[in-house]
Formats: sequence, C-alpha cells, structure tokens
Amino acid sequence: MTFRYLPMTDQDKKEMMEAVGITSTEELFQDIPKNVRFQGDLKIEEALSEPELIAYMSGLASKNHNTKEYASFLGAGVYDHYTSSIVNHVLLRSEFYTAYTPYQPEISQGELQAIFEFQTMICELTGMDVANSSMYDGGTALAEAALLSCGQTKRKKILVSKSVHPESRAVLETYANGQRLDVVEIETKEGITDLEALQSAMDDETACVLVQYPNFFGQVEPLKEIEAIVHAHKAMFVVSSNPLSLGALTPPGKFGADIVVGDAQVFGIAQGFGGPHCGYFAVTKKLMRKVPGRLVGQTVDENGKRGFVLTLQAREQHIRRDKATSNICSNQALNALAASVAMTALGKQGIAEVAHQNIQKSHYAKQAFQAKGLTVPFTAPFFNEFVVKLNVSVKEANERLRSHGIIGGYDLGRDYPALANHMLVAVTEMRTKEQIDQLATVLEGL
Amino acid sequence: MTNQDQALVFELSKEGRVGYSIPALDVPEMNVDELIPADYLRSEPAQLPEVSELQIMRHYTALSKRNHGVDSGFYPLGSCTMKYNPKINEDVARYPGFAHIHPLQEEETVQGAMEMLYNLQTSLAEITGMDEVTMQPAAGAHGEWTGLMMIRAFHEANGDVHRTKVIVPDSAHGTNPASATVAGFDSITVQSDERGLVDLEDLRRVVGPDTAALMLTNPNTLGLFEEHILEMAAIVHEAGGKLYYDGANMNAIMGYTRPGDMGFDVVHLNLHKTFTGPHGGGGPGSGPVGVKRDLIPFLPKPVLMKKDDRYTFEYDRPQSIGRVKPYYGNFGINVRAYTYIRTMGPIGLKQVSEYAVLNANYLMRRLEPHFDLPFTQHCKHEFVLSGRKQKKLGVRTLDMAKRLLDFGYHPPTIYFPLSVEEAIMIEPTETESKETLDEFIDAMIHIAKEAEETPEVVQEAPHSTVVKRLDEAMAARKPVLRYERG
Repeated sequence: MTFRYLPMTDQDKKEMMEAVGITSTEELFQDIPKNVRFQGDLKIEEALSEPELIAYMSGLASKNHNTKEYASFLGAGVYDHYTSSIVNHVLLRSEFYTAYTPYQPEISQGELQAIFEFQTMICELTGMDVANSSMYDGGTALAEAALLSCGQTKRKKILVSKSVHPESRAVLETYANGQRLDVVEIETKEGITDLEALQSAMDDETACVLVQYPNFFGQVEPLKEIEAIVHAHKAMFVVSSNPLSLGALTPPGKFGADIVVGDAQVFGIAQGFGGPHCGYFAVTKKLMRKVPGRLVGQTVDENGKRGFVLTLQAREQHIRRDKATSNICSNQALNALAASVAMTALGKQGIAEVAHQNIQKSHYAKQAFQAKGLTVPFTAPFFNEFVVKLNVSVKEANERLRSHGIIGGYDLGRDYPALANHMLVAVTEMRTKEQIDQLATVLEGL
Repeated sequence: MTNQDQALVFELSKEGRVGYSIPALDVPEMNVDELIPADYLRSEPAQLPEVSELQIMRHYTALSKRNHGVDSGFYPLGSCTMKYNPKINEDVARYPGFAHIHPLQEEETVQGAMEMLYNLQTSLAEITGMDEVTMQPAAGAHGEWTGLMMIRAFHEANGDVHRTKVIVPDSAHGTNPASATVAGFDSITVQSDERGLVDLEDLRRVVGPDTAALMLTNPNTLGLFEEHILEMAAIVHEAGGKLYYDGANMNAIMGYTRPGDMGFDVVHLNLHKTFTGPHGGGGPGSGPVGVKRDLIPFLPKPVLMKKDDRYTFEYDRPQSIGRVKPYYGNFGINVRAYTYIRTMGPIGLKQVSEYAVLNANYLMRRLEPHFDLPFTQHCKHEFVLSGRKQKKLGVRTLDMAKRLLDFGYHPPTIYFPLSVEEAIMIEPTETESKETLDEFIDAMIHIAKEAEETPEVVQEAPHSTVVKRLDEAMAARKPVLRYERG
C-alpha cells in the first residue's frame, strides 16, 4: 500500500537497508521484547482516499450548528467577532505554521518579531509593562497567575470572586490542589464581587485576589475599590480581562493590577468548540523574571543589526527543570500570531470602534428586552454581555430560538442555582438590530 | 532585500490609516458616558498600529520569509518529530461546522464534533493500548501534569499519602521534572548505563514506598528502546508505583508495540508531533492522556461518553481530579490529528514508524564514520551524535549547527540530552525522501571536513542568514520585551 506522505520506494528501502546492514526492517525492532510486540493490525478504521476523507469529515462537520448559519448570542468567554480575511491568509503562510519553537533565531526572525509585536500590543491594551508570548488559554493563565502570586508572596491562600468564569475557577481549583494551596470563593452581590465579603476574607495569609473584568455576568467590577482592599494586605491583584473590552474600558494596569491575564480569542481566533484559543499573561516590571512560558526580547547581532531571541530562559523547564516557574513548553504561538494580525488590522481606531459597538448593541438589546417586559436583574455597568430573567428554562428558550435560526445565550443555572432561568446574553458587533429585535420578540413570547 | 533591517509594524504606522471594515452602527446611539462611569472609560486610546491591509500583508509576508518551516526545508530537530503537515488537515479544521461552533452550545447541536472527538479518543486508546483517553490537555506538558495529578489522586484514594516522589531518567525532557513539581511531587533522577538505557540497579536503589511514579520516554531521548521495560515495570509496580509514558517519541513504535502492553498505566501523546497537528511556531499543541482501567475514575471532567447513538459530556465524576482546561481541549488540533489517522489507517501508521526508524538508522550509519556515536546499537526514530571529535579541533556543536543554516537546513536539537557531551540529536521523520537525507549527509560530511581544514568557516557561521549570531547575553541582561515609541 502506498501513501502520499511517505516517499520511500522499494528501491530506496533496499538501498537503505543495505547501508544499515540489515535484510529486513524487522531487525530494527528486535530490541522490543517479544511478548510486548504488537501482533496483527491496530483496530482502527481503514485509510480513506482524499475525496472519501473530505466527504466523511464534511459530513461530521455538517451535523453541527455553526455561527455562520445561526445568529449567536452565546458568549460566556468565547465570542463571535469580526475577523479580517487577512488573518487566515497570514496563518496559511506555512513558514509560520510548519515551524517549531524559534530556538534557532537566525532562521526564526519572522516568528520572533511577530511575537515581540504581540507582546507589545498586549502591554498596550492591558496597561502592563511585560507580556509573555502566550499561554494555553485564559483559564490556565489565571491558574498560573495564582501560582506565581503564591510563590512571590510565600502565602497559600487564593481568593477568587464567584463572578470569575466558572470553568476558569474549576481549572484553578485543580492547579491549586496540585500545589496544596487553598482557594476561597468570594460571594457576589448584584452580579459583582461583594466587597464586604472580600474585605472580611482578606488576611495575612492571602496571596492574591482574582477578579474578572468585565466579569462572567458581563459587568464591570469596581477595580478601584478592590485594589485598595487587596494591596492593604500586601496581596497580589490579579485581573482576568477580555482584551477587546480594553479598547473602551480603562486598562487594569491603571488600577494597579499586578498580573493581568485573559484570552485573545476575541482577536481573529475561531471559537472552534473551545480551542485552541490564546491565553495571554501580563505583569508589572517587578515580576518580569517570574513569568511562566516564553518571552521574546530584542537584541543585536554581531554586526549590530536589530534582531529578536527567546530570552530570560533561566525561568523555563528546559533549563531549570523541577525549579522552573511553570512546566509550560508548547504554548499557542500560532494563535498569538492570529491575534497580532487581527489587532493590527483593527488598529488604533478599529479596536475603539468595535469595543464601542459592543457596548451600544448590548445596551440596545437590554432596552429591547425591558421594553418587552423581561427583567434584567443586575444594574452595574456592562460591556457586551448581561443577564436576563426568563419565564421558562433556558434550555426550553434555546430550543425555541433554534427554530428561528438563533443560538441563544448561556444557562446560568448550570453554575449558579439561584440563577435558574437566567440567561447570559452576549451581543457583539456581529449582531444586527434585526437579529436583536427578533431575539427579544421570541423571548417575550415564552 | 531580506538583509535590510525589518521594520516593526508599529514603525509603519501613520495616523488615520485603517485595515478593517465593519458596518455602521445600526442601533440608536446612546451616550457612553451615561452607560459606564468615567473612571472606567479608557482615557487614552491603545496604541495599536495604523496600517492599511496591503501594508499588513506585506509586513507578515516579509516576516514569513524570515522564518524556516518544514515546508521551507529539512528540519531534523530531534525529539520534535518535524514531519510534513498535511494540507487537507488545515482545510478540514476550517470547515464552519468545526471552526465556528461554540463550546457551550446545547449538545444536540454539536453531535458531529462530539462524534469526531469520540472516534479520536477511541483510536488513540487502541494505538496506545489504554482503556480510556481524555482529549482535554492542551499540550504535552499539560498532559504530563494531568496524568501525574491522576496518579496522585489514585494513591490518595487508596490512603497512600506518602508517595511523594516521581522518578525521571537523567535523559528526560525538562517538562517531566517541571510537571512533577506542579503536580506537588518531588522528582528524583535515575541514572543511565553505558548503553544509554535506564540503569536497573540504580532504579532498584531509588524505588521505594515513597515512589508515586516513574516517568519514561520509550524509545528514550537517545532514540534507544528501553529493552528492559518489563523488568522496570515490575520493579515500579511491585513497589506500588505507577508507570507514566511520555509519548513524545510515539512516532517510533506505532503498530510495533503499545505503551499499554509494556505495562504503562498512564500515557500522554503529543498530537502536534506524531499526529501532524502543526507545531505552529511553538503551539498550539494537543496532549491527550490515556489511562488503564484503575485510573478511569480520576480522569478530568467532563468525560465524553457514547450512550446509545448519542454523545454526551459526563460531569458527575466524584473521584475526578477536576477540570484541567476550560471546555474540551484544543479541538482544532484534534480535528487535524483525526484527519491524519483516517488518512493513514492501521497499515499506514505502522509504515510511518517503520520508515521513520529506517530513515534514522540510515542517517546514523552514514554519519557514523565522521562523528562520534556514543551508542552504537540500532536506534529508533532518532539518534544522538557527539561533537567531541570536532570540539578537539576547536569547533563546537553550536558552530556546526549554525553552519547547517547556510545549507538551508534547520539544525538538529543540540546539547540535549544533557548526558551526552556536545550532543547532536537527529530525527529525520518518515516524510523525508532518500534524496533529502543524502543531501543532508553530504552537508554534514562537508562540515566535518571544514572543521578539520577551515574551522573558522564553521566557527563564524552562519554566513547567509538575515541576521548573524545574536547577542543573547545582552537580551537577558537588559531585557527589551516590547516596542517603545521613540
């Protein structure tokens, strides 16, 4: 049987075996003990030709409802945003996607420079001094921020607001368990962190406080008040932030955040059933040498010409092994490239305009819902998501919406029992007035 | 042209240029100041670049020309499995039904995606000989940590709380000890013997009642099969420990042997290596983890199940270690891996390993007369040369690696594993033709000759790249990690 990815001919094989001094390739596997040699064929599906494979995979894909065909009001951490066509064209430059980590800088200047630009843009948006070259996603980035905080403060208690994404909190719990750290969840009030509860949970064992901005309910957390409480106890202030919202909102760095993390999926990265997305990790200068993962730095070559290299590698696992700041090796480099292209395409004007359209359209939706008699329970300022109370279960509402070509919002009752029948609705710049009006009309009729 | 200093995108920026297009606002505009308090409205715009679409495309095209990928040329980077990344994978991953679906959609609207994931995890279980596989971990190191967390949970569930040590060979990837630390273990090292294999006597010495697990790559990072694997498994299991398989080198053994049959209890795979998910310049990867039956209760949540003809995520898993990643893993990479598995089938995957191993042995035997070969037995998919012969002539392995750049090759992995002096670790993969291997051999022999006759040519390499050797010490001493407007 021949395969299009395998160039070895019978003649090649014969010549190569001669050079190696063997008469059968089986001889190369003699060191595998006989009783663990696999007999027969692996029980997996037979190979498909290219046209058969296309038909089969297309068939699987077509069973899914996608957001190109349905108008989606589902966010909860993953969003349907405008993406310039050039993002995909850059991603398909195979010099980028078929390369390994840029450990040989002389032939990796393209990747290294693109990441240096990514780091710069993340710093610009978050108001921080230093950003790394990416993390797996926003959830694991938040967990790593908590680990960094505990290492830095030599304390073991992590406070996290219940208005942080439930799946990020779940990931945090697993990481904290690994390091035998304590996680304490802070209650919310009216859909934002309860400052009194936070105040009373703070003590001298508190390593850090983790909040999300805008939070899981879409609302803007009072970072100014939270910062005062956190730093009064010399704990670290960690903010998880949707970077697109920072086109309109004051960056967490301005409020004194020590670490800002989040996910750059909002910039040109497909929702992709939850991944791969692109975590980012930004810190103050003071924490530069504690950052997990890869950092790209500027330098010069032997002729004084500007160039870029991976730097401060003494933090990393391939040098420091069990003493590394993190075990992360592969990150999300290609998606950081996608985010860079998308951020570049948006530019200074575009990011502000898109962010403002999100604010405008989501507030229009809120008013449209209220005009139909639906209750919007929370009143804090919000970016592009808000909570609406329904008369029926969210599951039932979403089934109805589906028949109107709409993917409805997130069922908050899954994570917050008190919010059964409450839907988290995301309205991005991609939704039209007509779609918003239709959503309001269908929900009114339930 | 490419020798010109390459502008940063910020240096191309000019006030008023745009590279985007969205519709005008179609809802009545409200006064933002009334919606969000002034303190929380950004007062200064984020300084993203202002460039036109063509400028962006030219910028990134120029950057791509300053980058070497597998499509650019041979990439024999040991331990990284830099094989061809099929183009159909890229197409399939971009189908709207895979790319544009939301992870929190109702399950009945994403059955095709769940079916794909289920088929993939079932295939990987068969290929590795494990009972169950989770697709959640985002990369190899993430998979290692996930697997170790499960091993810890298993021991703790048995009331076995004093197993605090994870044993790793001296030739192990750096992620192994780093992952052990993140999972709350201390790592201890087991030595290799003169044949490059784990020293069984030393293993017996370090194993004990505090052993949680032994982490092993097999074939190991020297490209050698740990032929005493069954004895090793017995030693660890008799002491009550678990055996962890680092699947970085799975490309060598598909269809020949399976970690599950060798006695391993937990396996992670790097789908971006063996299963052609591209490396992407450093990621995203995918690091699924397979386990034997007794570890199934500890799998991360949620677990993808098939019930009747419907696929569902099960969250009610009381002994689970919890979530390791939001949503369900790096789905897009998993789509590519499954597309590849369906391209090759059982016969193709076995041929992959056969040819990867033959290619490596061919290179090794052809290079053996010219370089020091510390371990002379047949190798698997990769092998390690030592540059000590050339070092005596004043030419270091680093110099030879840089000289290879002038021939259009990405160099092998160098100075790893740490146990070999001036290590040169070469992994050709099965997707390279004999002609490519022969040309590479010629280049290597040429460089070995240069080391003897004109060492300065090698010492001063590279001569043809867009930048010369870069000052890494300065980069670390005075870090410049972002562009600052002048």
